[in-house]
Amino acid sequence: MAQVALPDRSTQPTWIAFDQAKIRRDLLIRRFGKVFGIVEPVFGYFFLWAPILLLVIFSFNDSRTVSTWRGFTLQWYSNIFNNIVGTEARFSTDLMLQSLGNSLFVGVSSTLIATIIGTMVALSLARGNYPGKQYIDGLLFLPVVIPEITQALSLAIFFNVLFNWFNSVTGIPAQSGFGTIIIGHVAFNISYVAIVVRARLADMNPRLEEAARDLGANEWQTFRRVTLPLIMPGIISGALLAFTLSLDDFVITLFTAGVGTTTLPVYVYGLLKLSVTPEINAISTLILVASTVLVGISLRLQGRNVAS
Amino acid sequence: MRKWSFVLVVALILGAVGVVSAQAREGWTCPDGFQGQTLSIYNWSTYVAEDTISNFEALCSVRVIYDVFESNEALLARLRTGNPGYDIIVPTDYMVSIMIAENRLLPLDKSLIPNFANLVPELIDQEFDPGNMYSVPYQWGTQGFGYNIERTGEPITSWEQFFAYTGPVAWLDDMRATIGTALLLLGYDPNSENPDEIREAAQYLIERGRGVVAIAPDDGQAYLERGEVDVVVEYSGDIFQLMADCACDTYGYAIPEEGGVIWMDNLAIPVGAPNVALAHVFIDYILDPQVGADISNYTAYATPNQAALDLGLIEEELLNNPSIYPTGDILARLFFIEEVPDAEIYYLDAWDEIKIRLGRG
Amino acid sequence: MAISLDFSRSPGHNARERTQGRLLALPALLWLILFFLLPLVIVFVVSLMTRGRAGTVTLPLTLENYERVFTTYLPTFADSILIAVLTTLICLVVGYPLAFFISTRERKWVQQIALFLVILPFWTNFLVRTYAWKVILGPDGVISALAGGGVNLLNTNFAVLVGLVYGFLPFMVLPIYTSIERFDFRLVEAAHDLGANDWRAFWRVVFPLTLPGVAAGCILVFIPAIGAFVTPDLLGGTQGFMIGNLINQQFRGLGHWPRGAAASMVMMALVVLGLMFYAWMNRRRN
Repeated sequence: MAQVALPDRSTQPTWIAFDQAKIRRDLLIRRFGKVFGIVEPVFGYFFLWAPILLLVIFSFNDSRTVSTWRGFTLQWYSNIFNNIVGTEARFSTDLMLQSLGNSLFVGVSSTLIATIIGTMVALSLARGNYPGKQYIDGLLFLPVVIPEITQALSLAIFFNVLFNWFNSVTGIPAQSGFGTIIIGHVAFNISYVAIVVRARLADMNPRLEEAARDLGANEWQTFRRVTLPLIMPGIISGALLAFTLSLDDFVITLFTAGVGTTTLPVYVYGLLKLSVTPEINAISTLILVASTVLVGISLRLQGRNVAS
Repeated sequence: MRKWSFVLVVALILGAVGVVSAQAREGWTCPDGFQGQTLSIYNWSTYVAEDTISNFEALCSVRVIYDVFESNEALLARLRTGNPGYDIIVPTDYMVSIMIAENRLLPLDKSLIPNFANLVPELIDQEFDPGNMYSVPYQWGTQGFGYNIERTGEPITSWEQFFAYTGPVAWLDDMRATIGTALLLLGYDPNSENPDEIREAAQYLIERGRGVVAIAPDDGQAYLERGEVDVVVEYSGDIFQLMADCACDTYGYAIPEEGGVIWMDNLAIPVGAPNVALAHVFIDYILDPQVGADISNYTAYATPNQAALDLGLIEEELLNNPSIYPTGDILARLFFIEEVPDAEIYYLDAWDEIKIRLGRG
Repeated sequence: MAISLDFSRSPGHNARERTQGRLLALPALLWLILFFLLPLVIVFVVSLMTRGRAGTVTLPLTLENYERVFTTYLPTFADSILIAVLTTLICLVVGYPLAFFISTRERKWVQQIALFLVILPFWTNFLVRTYAWKVILGPDGVISALAGGGVNLLNTNFAVLVGLVYGFLPFMVLPIYTSIERFDFRLVEAAHDLGANDWRAFWRVVFPLTLPGVAAGCILVFIPAIGAFVTPDLLGGTQGFMIGNLINQQFRGLGHWPRGAAASMVMMALVVLGLMFYAWMNRRRN
C-alpha cells in the first residue's frame, strides 16, 4: 500500500482544526446518507404500493367516487358476481370470463411454443460452435429492445400483406385471429425464454455432461438425464416470464387481433375507456389478488426446483 | 337536398305522434335454422339497449360477438385491411357511400327483411345509398355540446361560447365533423374539397384549441362524467344517456346555434361477412318496432322506425325534445357530411396537424 | 438422433457434433426471420412508399414521409424524447437508492422480501396499474381531495411522466440491484482507509463499479418509455400525445401506413442510438 502522509498533529495545530471540520462534515454526510438511504427507499415503496393499495381500499368504498371514504360495502363485488361490470351490456362478467379464457388460451399456447423454441436456441448458442452464431445472438436480442408499438405495427402490416397475397393466390380469405396473436406473442417471447435459459446454462458445469458421456450415456440420455433436469429451473422461469408477458400484452394483441379474440387486457382497456364505475376497482383488486397468487405459486415452484 | 327531406320527416314524425294504434302486436320471431350459429357485430359503443343483443341470442339460439369501433374512419381502416370477420357494421351516411364506392358492402336481400316496410318513408332511399341497396337506417341524431352546468355556470349553446370557454374541454375524434364545423364557421362549404380552405379550418381550430385536454374517441361522456372536462363535443345520445344515468341536473346538451352535424347511422353487411343470412335476420330484428323503440328509448337517439312511432312505442319525453328530434329552424342549420374521396388526404393532413399541435400551450 | 443434443466441449466430441447444434437454432431463427425481421423490412419498404386513394400503399417511392416526420411530427418526437429521458432520470434517482437499500440488507430473507415488494406490482396488469393513477390524479381523486378539491392533473405531460415512471421503475431497480449485489464492499473500506469520506467513496468507488447495472436499467426504461402508447393514451390527453399514439393513429385511425411506418422507423433509429450509446459506455469502461 502506498504511503499516506499523515499530518503530525502535535506540531501542526492548523491541521487539527481542519481535521475536526472534515470529521464533522463526514459525520454529516454519513447521517445524511443514512437518512436518505432510509427515507428514499420508504418513499420508493410508498410510490410503488400506494396506488395499488388505494384501488383495493376503495373497491370496498360505499361511494361512486374515490376521493372520500363513505363506509364499507361489498356492493361492487356482488355486482360482479351478478354479471355487471360496466355500464354497458357488453361489459358483463360472462364476457370478462370469456376474455380471461381467451387470454389463458393465447398465454398457454404462445408460452409452450416459445419455451420449446427458446430452450432449443439457448442450448444451441450455449454449446454449439458454428459460424454465424453471433448473428443469431444479435437477432435474439432485438425483440427485447425494439419498442412494442414498432413490433405491433410491423406485424399488422405484415399479416395484411401476407393475407392479401394468400387470398390472391388461393382465393381463400385468411383473417387475423388467435393464430396471429399467438404468432406475435411467440415472436417476442422466444427471446425472453432464450435469455433466461442461457443464463442457467452458463452457470452449469459442462463436466457433468462429460461425466455422463464417459459413463456410457448416449447423447439423448445425457440430455434427458443430466442437462434437462439441471436447466429445468431456468426453463420454468423462462416459461413463467413468457406467460406473464403474454397475459399482460395489450399493444401487440390489439394490432394483431381478429373478431372474437378479445383478451383480458383488451376487455379491461375498453372498460377503462368507457366506464366510470367502482366495479373497476373491484375488478382490479381481483386481478391483483390473482396475479399475487400466481407469483406466489411460481416463486414456490422455482424455489423447490432450485433446491432440488 | 338531403337536408330538406329530413325537415319533411320531422314534420311527419311530429304529425304521427298521438296516432297511436291500439292494435296489439306480436313479438318478433326468429326464422328457423340458425341455432348454434355465430353473428359478429361491429358497432359504436353505447349504441344498443341493455337486452338488445341478449334477446337476439335467446330468440335465435345464436351467439353474438360484439365489438365496438371509435369512429367512421377507424371502421373504414379496419375494413380496408380486409374484413376480419364481421357480419354487421354500422357506418354513418357518408361512410356508407364511401364503402359502396370501394366495394366493401354486400347488397341486401330485402325479401329477407320484411320489417324494412316499418321504416320512415322519407328516411329511406337517400342520396348516399339510393334504393337502400346496401344499408338500412339504424338511428339518427346530432352532434353537440355536453356540458356540466355546475362548472360552466351557464348552458353552452354556441361555438362562440364553446371556443371562448377557458376551462378544460374535449373534442370528438371525428375528423370530418370537427373540420367541417370549422369550415362552416369560416363561411365555407362544410364538405369543402379545397385544400387551402381545409388548411385554414385546421388553423382556425388550432387557434381555438388551447383548452382542449382530450380528443375523445366516442368516450367524451366518460370524460364529462369523471369531471376531467367541463364541456365536450359528443353525439346527442351519449350525453342524454349520461343525464338519464345520473338522474341529476348537472349535465345538459345543446345543438350549436351556429350549426353542426346531423347524421344517420345505418346497418350494413360488409364484404367477406361469414354469416350473411343471419346478418339479414339481425337487421330484420332491429327493424321490429318494439326492438327499435327499446333501442331508441335507451340510447336517446332518434328512431327511423315509422311503425314504432305509429304504435306510440317511443317515449313522449324523447319525442318532444327538440335536441333529439330537432325541428324546423334548428334542423335548417345542421349539415350532413358528404364523401369527398379526392380531398380525403387534405382532411387527414389537417387532422394530423391538429392532434399534434393541440395541448402545446 | 439426427440432432445432437450434447454440446459439451469435451475432446470426445468432434467438430461435426458441435456444429450440429445449429440445427437447434433453426426454429427460432426461422420464426424470428419470418415474424420479426421480415415484418420490419416490410415496414421499412412501406415507409418509402406513397399513400394511394382509399388508403392503399402504392408506388412511387418517396422520402416525403420522413420529411413529414422531421417537420410536422417534430414536436411530438421532441416531447416524447424529453419525456422518455426524464422518465429514465427519475427512475434512476428513485431506483438507485432503492436498489442500494435492498442489496445492503444484511439478512437474506429481508432482502428477498424487499425485492419481492418491488417486483410484485410489476406482475400486476399494466392497464390496472395505469388506471390507478387515473384515479389518483383525477378531479375526484386523492390528490384533489387532499388539496381541497378541484385539482385535475390528468391529461398532462406530468400525468404521463408519473405513469411511465411507475410502470417502468422495476426495470431500473432490478439490474442495479444485481450489480450492487455483486459489488465487493471491501473496496469501500479500502477507500475509507485511504481517507475518502462516504460521499467520495460512493461517487469514486461504488457508483462507477455499478455503472453496468445503471446503464442496463437506463436502456430498459428508456426503450419502453419512448415507445409508450397505453400510458399517454389513458393519462395524457392532447398534451401527452406521444410517438406511440401518432403511430397508432396512422394505422388504426383513417390510416396513412407510410407515415406510420416512417415514424416507427425513426423511433427505432432513436432506440438504436440509445443502444450504441450504451455499447460506447461499456467500451469506454473497459
